[in-house]
Amino acid sequence: MHKPLLQVQGLSVAFKDERVVDDISFDVYPAETFALVGESGSGKSITALSVLRLLPSNAKVSATGIKLQNQNLLSIPEIDFCKIRGRRIGFIFQDPMSSLNPVMTIGEQIAEVIQIHFNASTAESKKAVYRLLQQVEIPEPERRIKEYPHQLSGGQRQRVMIAIALAGKPDLLIADEPTTALDVTIQAQILALLKSIQAQTGMALWLISHDLALVSNMADRIAVMQQGKIVETNTTRGFFNQAQHPYSLKLLAALPAMQSCKGKVVKTAIEPSSLLQVEGFKVYYPVRKGFFKRIVNYVRAVDGVSFKLEAGKTLALVGESGCGKTTLGKGLLNLIPHTAGSVLLNNIELTALTGDALRQMRSKIQIIFQDPFAAMNPRMLVGEIIEEGIKALHPDIGVEQRQQRVAHLLQQVELPPAVALRYPHEFSGGQRQRICIARALAVAPELIVCDEPTSALDVSVQAQIIALLKNLQQQQGISYLFITHDLAVVAEIADEVAVMYQGKIVEQGGVEQVLLQPQHPYTRKLVEAVPVIDVG
Amino acid sequence: MIVLWTDALIFLLVATLFIFSVLLRNKAHLQRPLQKIACSKTAMISLLVLVFFVLIGLLDSVHFKSNENRTHEIISVLDYWAKPLRNNTEKTYSAPFSAYLYSKETLALPDGSQQWGFPRLKFGGSHLQNPDAELLSDVLEKALSGFCKGVGLVILWVVLLACIFKGRDKNLFKNTTLKAVLAVFLLLFSISYMLVDLSSYYHVLGTDKVGEDVFYQAIKSIRTGLVIGSLTTMIMLPLAITFGIMAGFFRGWVDDIIQYIYTTLNSIPGVLLIAASILMVQVYMANHAEDFNSLIVRSDMRLLFLCLILGVTSWTGLCRMLRAETLKLREMEYVQAAQALGVKRTVILLRHILPNVMHIVLISVVLDFSALVLAEAVLSYINIGVDPTTYSWGNMINGARLEMARDPVVWWSLLASFVFMFSLVLAANLFADSVRNAFDPRRTEEAG
Repeated sequence: MHKPLLQVQGLSVAFKDERVVDDISFDVYPAETFALVGESGSGKSITALSVLRLLPSNAKVSATGIKLQNQNLLSIPEIDFCKIRGRRIGFIFQDPMSSLNPVMTIGEQIAEVIQIHFNASTAESKKAVYRLLQQVEIPEPERRIKEYPHQLSGGQRQRVMIAIALAGKPDLLIADEPTTALDVTIQAQILALLKSIQAQTGMALWLISHDLALVSNMADRIAVMQQGKIVETNTTRGFFNQAQHPYSLKLLAALPAMQSCKGKVVKTAIEPSSLLQVEGFKVYYPVRKGFFKRIVNYVRAVDGVSFKLEAGKTLALVGESGCGKTTLGKGLLNLIPHTAGSVLLNNIELTALTGDALRQMRSKIQIIFQDPFAAMNPRMLVGEIIEEGIKALHPDIGVEQRQQRVAHLLQQVELPPAVALRYPHEFSGGQRQRICIARALAVAPELIVCDEPTSALDVSVQAQIIALLKNLQQQQGISYLFITHDLAVVAEIADEVAVMYQGKIVEQGGVEQVLLQPQHPYTRKLVEAVPVIDVG
Repeated sequence: MIVLWTDALIFLLVATLFIFSVLLRNKAHLQRPLQKIACSKTAMISLLVLVFFVLIGLLDSVHFKSNENRTHEIISVLDYWAKPLRNNTEKTYSAPFSAYLYSKETLALPDGSQQWGFPRLKFGGSHLQNPDAELLSDVLEKALSGFCKGVGLVILWVVLLACIFKGRDKNLFKNTTLKAVLAVFLLLFSISYMLVDLSSYYHVLGTDKVGEDVFYQAIKSIRTGLVIGSLTTMIMLPLAITFGIMAGFFRGWVDDIIQYIYTTLNSIPGVLLIAASILMVQVYMANHAEDFNSLIVRSDMRLLFLCLILGVTSWTGLCRMLRAETLKLREMEYVQAAQALGVKRTVILLRHILPNVMHIVLISVVLDFSALVLAEAVLSYINIGVDPTTYSWGNMINGARLEMARDPVVWWSLLASFVFMFSLVLAANLFADSVRNAFDPRRTEEAG
C-alpha cells in the first residue's frame, strides 16, 4: 500500500484528569474514505478537533506523532497552522445552522476562504465560488451566491458548508457527522454528493459517524472507538462480515434493520376495540399581516388527519422534519390548540372537554419527548418529577403510598429506587429517557405518544429503550403512537405505520406492507433513502 | 425603646429570613448547595464581611430615647456606645490623626501675643504635650496595643471554642475554609478593635466641615446603605416576579396589560417621580407636624419613602428579563409534560417556572443592591435622596464634592465613604456569585 496521507500515533487528550482520548493510532490514506465510528462521548469528535488544534485551551493533548504527508503537525507553530486548516485539511461540522455566519451572504463566506488561501482577486474568487456552488449542486448558483444562510434549507446549507471546505482544495476532508442534523432523503443526497466529489478530486475523506449503516455504504476502512480507545480497525467488508472485538459485535447486534419486520407476527387483539379514533384532525397556524394583523393565510401544519389505533398496539407516524407529526402528537394531547377534527379516546370526545374533566382525562394519554435533557425540570429531584402526575391527579394518595409507587415505577424502568433522591443532570441520556417513561407511566395511561424518544440516543441505548417500551406494552397493554423519522426503529416496534407528508397522511397500513411494499411515491423515496448495510 | 418604620421593616425582614432558614433546614436537596457554599472560601469570607456590616446596621436599628443632657433625643444602641465619637466635635475640618485644625486662625499665645496659625484640636490628640514630636510614636503605640488586644481576644475565643468542640470533631481545624475565615475574622476584629481604641484619642478619619468625626459618619451610613439596598429590593421583587412571570406564562391580554404598565412607567423619568414623591412626603410631614416632632422620625420617613419610590420605579428591568425567560421556559418540554400530566397552571408556575428563573432574580437582586447603594449617592447629589440630616455615604460624598477644589484638598470624607461602600458592595457581589454557582445545577461541574 502507498504512503499514508495522515498518520496519527499515540494521541491522547485529557480534560482535567479525565482522559477522553486514550493513546490512539490510525492512518488515513490518499483518496480513501476512513470512518471513525463510535457512540456519543467516545471521543471521536475530540480526536478530529485535536488533529486540527481546535480544542479549548483546557484540553491537554499529547501524541508521539501526527504527520500530514511527512510534515509533523505537532512542531508547526500556530501561525503557520492556519495554512493547514482550511487549505490542506477541510472540515465539515455537524450542524449547518450554527456553523454559518448569519450576517454574511454565502458567496462572501466561500470567497473568504479562497481569498485567504490563494490571494485571489475579487473577480477570480467570484468565479471560483460560482464553480464551487455548481460542484456542490446548488440550483441557480447566480442567485444563491447573494443569499443569506437563513434563506437556504438545511440540506443546502450543508452543501454550502461542503463548498467552503472544498474551497481550499484540501487533501483531506474531515466530515464530523455531516448528515445527522438532516432528513433521511437529504442525507442520501449529501452522501452521494460527497462520494462524487471525492471521485472527482481524489481527496481523502475522514468520516466521523455513529451510524453504522451509513458508514457501510461510504467507507473503505472503519475504526471503532469506545471510551477513548480504538478497539478495532478493519476494512469495511471485513468489519461487517467478521468483526472481532466484542464491542463491535454489540454495536452490530444493536443495529435496528428495516428487514426485521419481515414475517412479524401481527398481534391479534382479544377483542378488537379501537382505543383512539381521530377524524379530520387539523392544526392551522394563522399568518397575520398588515396594520390590523388580519389573518391573511394559514400554515396547515396538520391538515385533516384520520386514523385509528387499537388497544395494545403501536402505530408509527413517520415523516421528515416539518411534516407536522410532532404537532399532531401534541395536538392530540391538547398541548397545542387544534383547529378542527374529533379525537375519540375510549369513545369519549377529547376535544369537547375543558377544565377539570380535561385534567382528569389527561391520565389516559401521556407523552414522552425527544430530548430527555429538556424534558425534566433541572431543579426537581427525580422522585418529585415522577410523583408530580400522581400528586396532580390523585391528591388523596398519601405520601408513603406515593413513594412506594415511585419506587415501583423506577423498578419497572429498570432503575434502582435510590435514584429518586438525585437530580436529572446526574444521569445519562438513556437513563433520563427511562425516568421520562416512568413519569408517563405514573398516571397509568392507556396511550403514550412517543415523540422521537430514541433519536437523541446512541444505537445500543436506543435498542434498550425500544426493548423496554415493548416489554411495558406486553405487561400492561399500553398503546403507543410512535412518532419517528427512523424507519429502522419503526420496523422494530410498530404494528402499523402511517406516513405523513406536508400535514397529510399519504399512506397507512401494516408495517410489513408499508416498509417492504411501499405504494405511494413519497414512501418509496423515504424507504430507498435509508442506508442499508450492504457490503458486497 | 422606640421603633421607627424602617426599624420595623428591617426586623421583619430578618425574622422572615430566619423563619425561612428554619423551615428549609431539613430539605435534603438544599443541603448540597449549602454545603458547597460552606466549603467555598470566597463565599464564607464575603459572608463574614457582610455579617459584620449587617450587625453594625442592626445595632444602629435599635432606637431609644436617651436621657443624657435631658434632650430626649432618639439615639440607637450604636450611638450610645459611640458616645465619645458622637459628642467630640471640632470646629471644622481636621485631617486624619491630626492634632491640629485644617484651617488657620488667630491664636492667642500664653504670653499674650497673637499669631496666625493652626490651632490645636479640642479632642483629637489633646492628650499630647508636644504633638509635632510625639504624634507618630503615640499613634503607632496605640495602634499596636489595640491590634494586639484584638488578636488576643480572638485567640482566647478560638481556644475556648476549640475546647468546647474538640470532643465532637477532631478534624475541625484542619478545614482550610475555616482557617481562612478565622484569619479574616482575626484581621477584621483586630482592626476594628484598633480603630475603636484609637478613635477615643484621635479622629481616625478626620472631621468634616462642621467638625463631626468622619469615622462615625461612615459607620452610621452603613445602616442607610443596607436599608436602601434591602428594603427597595424587597419592594421591587414581588412586583417584578409576579408581573414578569405572569406576563410570560399567560401571554394574551395579561401580557398586554403588564407590558403597557411597565413601558409607561419606564418612559416617565425616574428622577422626576422620586423628586415629586419626596416633595409630597415633605409637605405631608409639614402639615402633620405633631406626628413628626423629631428630626430622626422625619428623616426616617423620608428614607422609607425613598425606598418605596425607588422600588416602584426599578422593577421594570427585572420584570422584562423574567418575562423573556418565562416565554422561553413555557415552551420547554418539562412544562408541557406537566401540562400533559394534568398539573394546574398555578402549580406549574410555582414549581416549574419560578425555581428556574430564581438565578436571574438572585443575580439582579445583588446587582440592584449594589446599584441602589450607589444610586443613593447620586440622588443625594441633587438633594432628592435621603434627608440631609441622615448619615449616608451619598451625603458624605456630596459634602466632600464641594471641597474637592480646595487646596490642599480635603480627601478623607470621599475616601472613607468610598472604602466603606466598596467593601460592602464587593462582599455582596462575591457572595451572590458563590450562591449562584452553588444553586445552579447546570454549573455544578465548573464550580467544583
